[in-house]
Amino acid sequence: MSDLVLVLVTGLGLGALYLLAASGLSLVYGLMGVLNFAHGSFMTAGAYAAWLTADALPDGWSAGPRLLVSTVVAVVVGALVGLVVEVLLIRPLYRHHIQQVLVTVGLSLASVAAAQGVFGADPRPVEQPSWMGSTVTLLGANLPADRFLYVAVAALLLAGLLALLRYTRLGLVIRAGVENRTMVEALGIDVRRTFTVVFALGAGVAALAGVLYSQYAGTVSPGQGGSLLIYAFIVVVIGGMGSVTGTAVAAVAVGLVQQLANYYAASGVGDLSVVLLLALVLLLRPASLQGAPA
Amino acid sequence: MTTPTTTPTSSAAATSGGPEAAPTPPRAGVTRRRMVRVGIPLLVLAVLAWLPYVPVEVPGLLPGRVNGPGSMQLLATCLVTAGLALGYDVLFGRTGLLSFGHALFVAAGSYLLTTTITAWGLPLPVAALVALGGTALLALVVGAVALRVGGIAFAMVTLAFAQAASIVVLRDPGGVTGGEEGHPFERGALPDLLVGVANAPYRYWLALGFVVVSVLVVTGLVHSRAGHAMAAVRENERRAAVLGLDTYRVRLLALVVGSTLGGLGGIVHALVLGGSTPHLTTSELTLSLLVMVVLGGAGSRWGALLGGFLYAYADARLTEASGSGMLTWLPEGVRSVVGQPLFVLGVFFIIVVSFAPTGLTGLGARLLRKAARP
Repeated sequence: MSDLVLVLVTGLGLGALYLLAASGLSLVYGLMGVLNFAHGSFMTAGAYAAWLTADALPDGWSAGPRLLVSTVVAVVVGALVGLVVEVLLIRPLYRHHIQQVLVTVGLSLASVAAAQGVFGADPRPVEQPSWMGSTVTLLGANLPADRFLYVAVAALLLAGLLALLRYTRLGLVIRAGVENRTMVEALGIDVRRTFTVVFALGAGVAALAGVLYSQYAGTVSPGQGGSLLIYAFIVVVIGGMGSVTGTAVAAVAVGLVQQLANYYAASGVGDLSVVLLLALVLLLRPASLQGAPA
Repeated sequence: MTTPTTTPTSSAAATSGGPEAAPTPPRAGVTRRRMVRVGIPLLVLAVLAWLPYVPVEVPGLLPGRVNGPGSMQLLATCLVTAGLALGYDVLFGRTGLLSFGHALFVAAGSYLLTTTITAWGLPLPVAALVALGGTALLALVVGAVALRVGGIAFAMVTLAFAQAASIVVLRDPGGVTGGEEGHPFERGALPDLLVGVANAPYRYWLALGFVVVSVLVVTGLVHSRAGHAMAAVRENERRAAVLGLDTYRVRLLALVVGSTLGGLGGIVHALVLGGSTPHLTTSELTLSLLVMVVLGGAGSRWGALLGGFLYAYADARLTEASGSGMLTWLPEGVRSVVGQPLFVLGVFFIIVVSFAPTGLTGLGARLLRKAARP
């Protein structure tokens, strides 16, 4: 019983990380049709920004506020990087989907190499508030405390995104754009500005995911974003591109399936089953890529 | 993505008049044109085949003498990569299939060869045939499943299959794949000609032979009915279907041929490098193949070959260039970034995609035409 609780909570924590990594990706694909391979770079950028900020903050601070401030800085940095990338690289290739994918592929290669050049290829340890490393006893299981933080952050983000989509004008434009971009343009709404905002927003969320993932791993390394990106892709595709709720459900499902199979079958089977789940969903429901209502 | 969009690379290749799209010239021009088209590749081939006899040093470009083991090994790797890029171009440049799973087939060729030789003790030619047949069969099965969807969904399904293979290889089931360490050939498993530093030229010729086979296969395919059907599918799949082509079979054929060439490349790669490495299974390999093909020019034999060759060369040499003090005039921070080959290649790739969508060969052809015009 306690084993099951442990596996379920770690699965939920992993699902929360996947949700953070995938929600921006999903919105960007749903609205703009850009399969963003550079999303992992934004995560890595966020992780390194947080690591540098935590290093630069005065020693007198305790680890909690440090993490909070460095996370805020990371999100801002991520959003700025996303803004620059959209304006300089994605926007000129508007309507050339394959070339947009290619540019983000180039960006992901170059950014991993750049991070290696600047910070070295080795993983660097990150500072962690002591309570995140501790355990909480619940239903007879010792549960790592940091998983609850990930779940809470992901839940807050999900609520925030849903509120944004439902109650703001920007959200209205995004929802309409995911459903029928041409019609929104025909109605005289400047979709390009919305693209930039959504791309920067997605990059900011990606940076947040990068910070939390580096906390989860205990280290920050150049290839980190890329390894999380594969699972983010899987979650996005299973959940239906452009649908935030679908992404949330898929993220939790993928996290749980992965942990359960890894624990009860054999290590590695979980990763494998998730990947095969993606192939299965795509083959049975190819429409899941065409963007569901957000 | 409700309307079918022709890929930009393909429409660009069509308008820039690739070698296959050229209108038939008058009779006297035909023989001359054919002589040039056959003569230049033969000349390049002769020069490349002759390189192991050239005891000249090319400082800066190659490590040591041209026929030294270091240079031979480097050039062999470059040639294998060029051949792999050509195989991937059958999918991407010729048929417009954006596959993110090509690494699966390269790795299949490589690992099938190493495991059949080690586990079953098969002689090399038999093992190579088994590996090639296995890869073709795998391509047929994976392709038949993955091609049920198109576009980005196809890309994601192939990515999923390749990722699954990558996970399996890294987990090392039953000690077959060697996990992260890879699977080197055991001593005595290969003919002596392919082993050892002194025999680097034979491995080089082997790699060159792979490139020649790939070029012949791709040339034959492109000029066949199937090749024309592939081009039609690339330009406008719906239209090709309306014209009565079975587009599913055309795409499947392209995938099987391209992947089998990839498997052959994996076999040669294993022979040249002395074993299989898990790097072959990663999605980075597929992405770098994509980069090579687009850099050189998609849908063109010279383009893919050039892109692959230059990519592998730059990847190997840029690291040394940054270490050798050529960049000492740059500040430390910039130097460490510029010294990363993938950074330079990635940035260069972004520039090419943004400003020269037909790749290096397309750019070259455009400049040539401009120069020819008075």
